[in-house]
Amino acid sequence: MRKLIIIGSGPAGYTAGIYAARAKLEPLILAGEIHGGQLMNTTVVENWPGSKTGIMGPELMREMREQAQKFGAEIIDKNVVKVDFSKRSFTIDDYQAEAVIITTGASSLMLGVPGEKELLGRGVATCAVCDAPFYKEKIAVVAGGGDAACEDSLALTKFAKQVYLVVRRDSLRASKIMAERVMKHPRIKIFWNTQVKQILGGQKVEAVEFTNGEKLTTDGVFLAIGHQPATGIFKSQIDLDFKGYIITGLNKDYPTMTGVAGVFAAGDVVDHRYKQAITAAGMGCMAALDAEKWLENIK
Amino acid sequence: MPAVHFSDQDFEAKVLKNKLPVMVDFFAEWCGPCKLAGPVVDKLAEEYKDKLVIGKIDVDANQATAGKFGVMSIPTVIFFKDGKEVERMSGFGGEEGYLKLIKKVLGE
Repeated sequence: MRKLIIIGSGPAGYTAGIYAARAKLEPLILAGEIHGGQLMNTTVVENWPGSKTGIMGPELMREMREQAQKFGAEIIDKNVVKVDFSKRSFTIDDYQAEAVIITTGASSLMLGVPGEKELLGRGVATCAVCDAPFYKEKIAVVAGGGDAACEDSLALTKFAKQVYLVVRRDSLRASKIMAERVMKHPRIKIFWNTQVKQILGGQKVEAVEFTNGEKLTTDGVFLAIGHQPATGIFKSQIDLDFKGYIITGLNKDYPTMTGVAGVFAAGDVVDHRYKQAITAAGMGCMAALDAEKWLENIK
Repeated sequence: MPAVHFSDQDFEAKVLKNKLPVMVDFFAEWCGPCKLAGPVVDKLAEEYKDKLVIGKIDVDANQATAGKFGVMSIPTVIFFKDGKEVERMSGFGGEEGYLKLIKKVLGE
């Protein structure tokens, strides 16, 4: 039986791991097979305080992971499939723990339009940083209006001859600095108030069709339309809001605690507002401190 | 023994003409999810070394092969049997995702 298990491995999970390990809680981090969170799909992170020249997303996550391990956190790269929070100790697959911190983050939303699934990996993509080099002298469409969509568009301009950014609304929700870079870029053209209706192609992507009937020839479609919280396995176990985010803050003594005493949550799985690496890390720290205090008080 | 590395030059001989089924991991150094897939592919290569060949190909250095098989996303794994593609998965599928395909290809 463990004192503390952390489920997830983005900035929230690893930061919780660092703090919990230093508090001698000997945490086990069930990091998931696809560990490291959303920053694994990025290039340079420019707004992480303390790295003024920027740091590569995957590099930052590797550092956090090793930092948690250095202080004694055990990390297993396994996906959790089943939890039971109905009685203490809590059960997480084959493991038992007195307290749990959930930091499972969020997963990319798909458009849910015809052609998307069929052409995934054949022009439909979710990681522009990974796949941009395949678009040398080609045309790429990016769907979305946030920071991720802007970063994807800029990453693609390094290779593609033309990038089309397809935005559902009439403005970008990205940070101003990113939005400006995109709007000023000579090889990015923005389609405002536009939505993809279907993706066309046989062996590979050939075109997209918008809801207004217009068609655009392209070699690829990159999805950056946002994320949904990864809370499927917790549905019947803890309180979620109508969008699936975990509800915390019911107990003033433990702001990161969920509706189940001893189960805490942090990062994008809770946060539908800020969604930054630094806010996730901050919440991970809070959750570890709350869990530490709670474990002491139940003794 | 970790996974072998293929190239444009030896792909025909070592993959398409191999008597065993072959699983090929298309990857690149710049890709974060590929770095997660790498150690898993190495582990599976060791576990299944008698039943199928598991190898990697760096798409950066071997663009012809990636292009020939229409690989536009990495990581992508493609399974070949008797020179023909039989299965494909784009994005890091995790050990379990890869295992499922290996078992399917081997008919286990």
